[in-house]
Order: sequence, then structure tokens, then C-alpha cells
Amino acid sequence: MFTFIVRRLLQTIPVLIGVTILTFGMMRLIPGDPAQIMAGESASPEQIELTRERLGLNDPLPVQYMDYVTGIVTGDLGTSVRNGRPVSGEIAPRLRPTIELAFYSTLLSVLIGVTAGVIAAVRRGKLSDSLIMLFALFGLSMPNFWLGLMLIQYFAIGFDVGGINTGWFLASGWGTWQQMVLPVITLGTAGAAIIARMTRSSMLEVIDQDYIRTARAKGVKERVVVYRHALKNALIPVVTVVGLQFGALLGGAVLTETVFAINGLGRLMVDSINARDFPIVQSGVLVFAFLFVLVNIIVDILYGFLNKRIDLN
Amino acid sequence: MVKATDILDEQPILEVKDLQTSFFTEKFEVKAVDGVNFAVPKGKTLGIVGESGSGKSITSLSVLRLIQDPGKIKGGEILFKGENLLDKSEAQMRKIRGNEISMIFQEPMTSLNPVYTVGQQISEAYMIHQNMSKKEAMLRSTEMLELVGIPSPKQRVKQYPHELSGGMRQRVMIAMALACDPELLIADEPTTALDVTIQAQILELMKDLQDRLGMSIIMITHDLGVVAETCDYVAVMYMGKVVEYASVTDLFKNPKHPYTVGLLNSLPRHDVDLGDVELNVIKGSVPSPDNIPTGCRFAPRCPFASDICHEKLPHLEQSEEGNQIRCWIYTDEWDGDPEVNVNDQRST
Amino acid sequence: MTKDLLKVTDLKQYFPIKGGMLGRTVNHVKAVDGVSFTVKEGETVSIVGESGCGKSTTGRAILRLDDPTSGEVEFDGEDLLGLSKKEMRKRRKDLQIIFQDPYASINPRQTVRQILEEALEIQNTVPKKDRPDKIAELMETVGLGAHQADRFPHEFSGGQRQRIGIARALSVDPKLIVADEAVSALDVSIQAQVINLMKRLQREFSLTYLFIAHDLGVVRHISDRVIVMYLGKIVEMGDKKSIFDNPHHPYTKALLSAIPVPDPAPEKKEERVFLKGDVPSPIDPPQGCRFHTRCPFATEKCKVETPELRPEDTMEEGHVAACHYMKEIIDGTHKPQQ
Repeated sequence: MFTFIVRRLLQTIPVLIGVTILTFGMMRLIPGDPAQIMAGESASPEQIELTRERLGLNDPLPVQYMDYVTGIVTGDLGTSVRNGRPVSGEIAPRLRPTIELAFYSTLLSVLIGVTAGVIAAVRRGKLSDSLIMLFALFGLSMPNFWLGLMLIQYFAIGFDVGGINTGWFLASGWGTWQQMVLPVITLGTAGAAIIARMTRSSMLEVIDQDYIRTARAKGVKERVVVYRHALKNALIPVVTVVGLQFGALLGGAVLTETVFAINGLGRLMVDSINARDFPIVQSGVLVFAFLFVLVNIIVDILYGFLNKRIDLN
Repeated sequence: MVKATDILDEQPILEVKDLQTSFFTEKFEVKAVDGVNFAVPKGKTLGIVGESGSGKSITSLSVLRLIQDPGKIKGGEILFKGENLLDKSEAQMRKIRGNEISMIFQEPMTSLNPVYTVGQQISEAYMIHQNMSKKEAMLRSTEMLELVGIPSPKQRVKQYPHELSGGMRQRVMIAMALACDPELLIADEPTTALDVTIQAQILELMKDLQDRLGMSIIMITHDLGVVAETCDYVAVMYMGKVVEYASVTDLFKNPKHPYTVGLLNSLPRHDVDLGDVELNVIKGSVPSPDNIPTGCRFAPRCPFASDICHEKLPHLEQSEEGNQIRCWIYTDEWDGDPEVNVNDQRST
Repeated sequence: MTKDLLKVTDLKQYFPIKGGMLGRTVNHVKAVDGVSFTVKEGETVSIVGESGCGKSTTGRAILRLDDPTSGEVEFDGEDLLGLSKKEMRKRRKDLQIIFQDPYASINPRQTVRQILEEALEIQNTVPKKDRPDKIAELMETVGLGAHQADRFPHEFSGGQRQRIGIARALSVDPKLIVADEAVSALDVSIQAQVINLMKRLQREFSLTYLFIAHDLGVVRHISDRVIVMYLGKIVEMGDKKSIFDNPHHPYTKALLSAIPVPDPAPEKKEERVFLKGDVPSPIDPPQGCRFHTRCPFATEKCKVETPELRPEDTMEEGHVAACHYMKEIIDGTHKPQQ
């Protein structure tokens, strides 16, 4: 197991190098002269030349790249164009809300998705199955900014039902649970729907397997058959989906944070794109990519743990 | 030599009467088991033979009430030690499954749960039925593995099914089935997926364990060789019905039903040289379940069928020796050649 | 004297096992490891053995469905392994294969007519205008009605589908048919029909069969000669009668004795030889005689020295086996060890 984790970590090195090359290339692909952009619209040719020298843009590309990587490793991600502060200082405080949002949303989508999927599979063809699948279809096809706006309308602004106001939650910010409920639901719904559908089909396949019949023939209770014998097998493909889903979640976080005015990394990215603050966008992409790779390592380890047929070494 | 009349001396461990199990599709009902009768004498082995679609596997699953939707047991009685299993609640059935009646299946490769060790899977039986602690159950599981002839059981008990060969897995299945010392073991094609040398090992093991533990066995198979070697009594099934029930010696020495005779004759033998002749065949193939013949189910393929066979379904009649046969030839109503000899198709 | 139609010499088929971080070849599965035999025109030669013995791999290698690692396959005087892919495709007209599961090897969306037409088209032996007649004739030949040609494979039973597989193989007038477990999945009553059909077709079209099977009852009925394989090597081969009545290799004997006899009270019951354990992995087959790990007669010599196929004076003409102690076991001077 230990060697597997080490090897899996080593395997991410080429991926991470690829990511840095891409983000590095991003800067070079911006239309126009980066030095001009960095120095600002009204900079004089001298100022631009100075900026160019300061940014090392006169060096050969490989040297520039090495400087860039060295910067990443030492935590120096450059400076923001807008306010001249170090990028790392801008990004660090924004990380926490985004990671929390992504984590709670994943948790919610796994809990709801797996439970709903199992219920639908066990009650295949019955009314509860049809209802769950209808809701899942709904959750999948709903754009999440729209869902966010609807939730704000009904549960933050609220309306009166028999003297009770339904505006239980807050529509902006991050920190208290009243602030967190609606964004987490907004972001987690699509994932829950995908996981529910995946769990259902996976369960239906597993429940017809010979070893399920063996368990029944042993005198195992139906509930135990479903949760102990079937679910553990059915989760194997679901786990992979959760990892991939996390990527979509990071993308969704950009929208959700904007709708709920959360000072997270996603919102910082949107603001920075609008302000053409490329060093921050570049580093933001880098951080998202790192997170995605990290989560997928965790998923792979979990996968190996669930699926005994995979030889981890 | 065992005689079918021996059954009458003692109450059989299991008696199945007029069992009917159907599968319901949107358009029609498939009568997979259509009024099956047989008895399993205590400590003996009953073979149920038949080709695919005969209903032999569905019969065995019905005994433990393991039929899943869209299948349903429609009627009949399953008397286990005199009590009708069809009257039991689901909770009472669970106490019987894996405890008093156990089952092993055809595919050892897929019949064990891939995400649990073999020890965990055997232990489960002990924990459910004998309230053992995890540790105690694991200890007993290791003993069971040793009993079924698995080398180094202490290591094997911690392994996952994919780490074992097919033969080893079937031994694990047997260990699991016999963990709680059942009175009846149902083996559904236990060796069909195995190579012959491994089959020989497994059949020998089952025989040996039956001698030691004294359980009764229902052996479901399509292999007449396996029947001859392991069974005391045989029920031959065709299209959801038992067509012949006899002691194993009677069945092979003096088969009565034209279908039984046809089966025995179409079998190429490795121990006898038939010379360069054609094998005897049963003409045609099993009719599809939505097109069941009105009279005797076998009539369209039977070389002796006469008018009555196509019109009326024969009953399962008991002979003097206690054997049972479902064929018009052996009744007073027979309207075909009175001198007919079913074994004649052997030489044709 | 009939001529040799197929001559296989020292055929080897190693499948690489990839592993490690760079996906290098770390080892080989030695599925077939030096197999030589001949098949004469018009005869049926069976290859028998348990799963993993390499019998199916041998069949596939001869047809170059998987290109063999080394060895020679001479068919009708021509070296098949020297042919280009294109030439080999043409040559396949003469070498057809029938599989265990005919359903898996035919396109379920084609009618039987389309399946047969395609086969005729590829080899282009029958002019287009004659093809409908040829198809009708083929259908009748394998015992299906010509009127059934426009049905889809799923409308047929298992036995009928195997007849379709046979019709497709026959459509190009082959010389050799490799039947890979062709009747294994069929119920006995249907199996007998298909075996009879195959024997009849052999007489009518002077076909040569390489019959790959694990059911020794079927093999005894259909074969002229029998090859017994174990872990990628031939352990015994000879005339059917000789192999079944006078087996010399301990494995052949064990295999024969392991089969349950459909007779509860046989007149003479042979002592059953139980083999211990499972077949070892073909990745790292045992040194010396590959059977020594399970053989009751094995000695130190068997662990070191690989026995060659050789005749013994207690054998019929053409019968060979690979065991150090054949004679000694027969005359009782070499007893089971321990």
C-alpha cells in the first residue's frame, strides 16, 4: 500500500510539470506584449522596457521557465498587476472558502447521490425509483447559477407561509452555517444527480451477480445483502466518477461564488480576468490544477482500497 | 443396492409436491417449474438431471425460496422435515438458509464476493446462525478450510477470491455451505465449470464429507456421468416436469421414459468405442416456453408418440419398485403399438 | 498413402506480460511451448487437455489469428507463417474455424443470408448470380431450411446457431476446419446432432478436422488420432484406439480415469488416479517434466530432465508419449512415489 502511494505520487510529477508548462505558456499566448500589459495602458516605452527587464522577459524561454518553476517551489508567484502585492498573498486567504465549498458540496452529493441511487435500485420500477430518477434528471439539467438564484429567492429573501418566513439562510458571504447551506446545495446538486444515476445502474448490475445469490443462500438479511455485499462492489465505479466530478465542481465554484458573493478563489479568478490581472489568473489555474490532481490521487487510493482485484503494487 | 422403495421406510428429509414456479413477462407466463414432485431420502443423494430449460436450477432455487422477481412460486408444497417451507415467514426462512439447508453454485469464479476475504465470507455464516464472535468465527472458518482440503488454511483464510483457482474457490464454497452442519446440501452444477481432474477432486470431497457429516444432497447436473457416480436416486426433468424418477441403478440399467433413453444414447462415451456409427439423437430441439405442447411435453420429439401423447398430458405414475414414470406407454390407455420397447431406439 | 495436409513444427506462442512503471515486458505466458504434429488429409485429429494447456492457442496460431512467436506451420506444402497478411487472408479460404460460442462470432444485426453472402463475397469463389442457390444449398446441407435464411441469429437455438457457424465455414469449400470447442456449449441431445452432422460433412466434402475439445467422450467418437496437451506441451499422441485403450503417460491415464462414467455399476471399474493440486501457472512452468508437480510417479529425475516424445515397444505404431518411466510403470517396476 505504501509503495503504491509513493508510486502514485511520483506519477503525478509529469502531470504537474505539464500543468506548469501550460500556465507558463498562457502568459506567452496573451495577445500583445506582456510587458506592456504588466506595465499598464499608459506606461512609457522606458517603463515597459524596465518591466520587461524586471520580469526577465529578455531571457531565453527555458531560463524564464526555470525562473517560473523556481518561483512556484519557493512560493513566489509574482505580483498582482492591479495592486502590486504578491500573488501568493492574494490567493492564500481565498483558498479556504473554495476548498470548504468544494468539500462540503462533494460530501453532500455523495451522501444524497449514493442513498438515492441505492433506494432507486432496490425499488427498481416502483414509484420511488421513478421519482428519484425524475429529480436526478432535474438536478442534472438545471444550470447551477439559476438554482442558486432560485434558492436565494425562496430561502434567503423568503416568503411567508402561514406566518413563518422561509428566509432561513443568508445569500452572501462564507463562514457561518447560514451562509454555507445554500451555496453547498447549489454546487452539490448536479453531482448528487450524476452519482445517484451512477449508483443506481451500478447497484442493478451488482444485485444480479452470483455472489449476491450466495449471500442470500447463506441466510443474510436483505438489508445486509444490499449494504454490505452489494454496495461495496457497486461503489467501485462510483468512486471514479466522484473524482472526475470534483473537476466540474471547481468550475462550478467560480459561478457559485459569484452568485453568493463568496470571497473565494473562483470569484478572485473572475475579478482578475475582468481586470486583466494575468499573474493571478495564471496562479489560480495552477492551484485548481494542483487540487484536481490531489483529489484524484486520493480517489485512486480509495479505489485500490475498495477493489481488491487491483494489485496495488 | 438401493431401491426406490427404501424411501417409504423413513420420512424423507425433503419432499417436494406439485411445485410450480413461473416467470412473468409482460406478454405471458413462463412455467419454468410446472408441477414437480420428488423426495430426498435422509443421508442420500438425489440427482436432478435435465438439459438447459428443463427447470432443474429453478427447482433448486425454489426449495430455498431464492426466486427473485419477476419469478414467483405459484403453488405446491416443499416439506422439509415435514414442515412446509412455503408457509414460513421470510425471517424463518433466513434461519434455515445456510444453516439447515445450504447451497453451492455452478460458477465458483463469480459466486464469491470479490471484496471480502474468504475467511470473512465463511465467518458470516457462523456469525448469523451461531452468534459467534468475529474471532471465534474466523477460527472455525480456518478449520473448515482445512476440512475441505485447502492447503495452508491459515494463510488462505485471509486471501481474496481472485487469489484462488477455480477448484479452490469451489472448495471455499463447500466450506461455507457446510459451516453450520446443514442437513441438506443443494449443489447446482457444482463441477460444470471445472476441469475433469479438478471435478474428480471436488466430487470425491463431497462424497467424503457426506460420509462424515451425514447430510443429504440434491445434485443438479446435466452430466449423466456425474449422476451415475454420485447419486442414489435420480429425477429426470424435461420442460418443467419430472418425467422419470428412479434409483440410479434402475435408471441406467432399465430406463423407461423415451427421453431418458434418448439422453443416454446420445452420449458419446470415452470408455466405450462405438465404432464409426452415427450417435443416436433426439430429433428437433426443446420447444420455446411460449409454445408448450398440449399433450406430453416430449411428444413432438418422441419416436414412439401416438395420438394420446399429443392430446393428453400423462400423469406421474408409481411403479411397483417405487420408481415413477410419466409416459402413456406404461398405462392402460396406451393406444400405440402394444409391443413397443423404448430401448429399441438404442440400436437404430 | 494420404498426404500430410498440415504440418506443425516446434510451434511456440509466448504472450508478453507487461509490468513495471515503464510497461516493459517482464515475463511471458508460455501458452504453447514447442508443439509439433501433422494432420493427414481427410482425418480428424483432436487436441485435448484442460484449461490453460494451450490447445485453443495452438488452433489460433495455426490460422494466424494470433501470430505465433516461432515455429513452422506448413499447410498443403506451403509455409503459412511466411505469407504476408494479404496472402494469408486469401489462404484462409482453405482453413476455416468454428468457435464454441457461434453467437459471439457472428454479427447479430445480419441475417443468416447476409452472413453467408459476406463469407462468399470475401473469398469470391462463387459468381454473384449463383450465390442465392449456393446459400440455399448450404442451409439444406447443415440441416436448416432454405426458408430460414432471412432470419437473424437470435431467432435460432444454440444448436441451430452452431449449424450457421458450420454453414459459414463450409461456404468457401475449405480443406481444413479447426473446430474450437465447437460442441462444448450444447446440450447432449443437440450435441449428438451436431457431431453427426460434422461427421457426415467430412465424408461428403472430404474435410480434414482439427478438433479442439476437453470432452473425451466426444473426442473418442469423432477422432482418428488424439493429441494430449499439458501446460503448453504435447505429452502423448497417437491413434484414438491406442490412446484410449493403452494410454502410457500418467497424465493421460489420470485424465481418462477422472471422467465420470455414465454407468453406476460398471463391470470393470478402473482405479481412479487422483491428481493433487491445480495446474501450475504457464508463466513459470515447472522445470523438467511439466507434470511432475502433480504426477504420482515423479522422481528427482523428472524435476530436472525434460522427457521427449518417444515410442515404446508396448505401443501401437505412431503412438508416442513424453515420460521417463512409461515402460517401468506398465510392467509395474516403477510404483507411485511415497
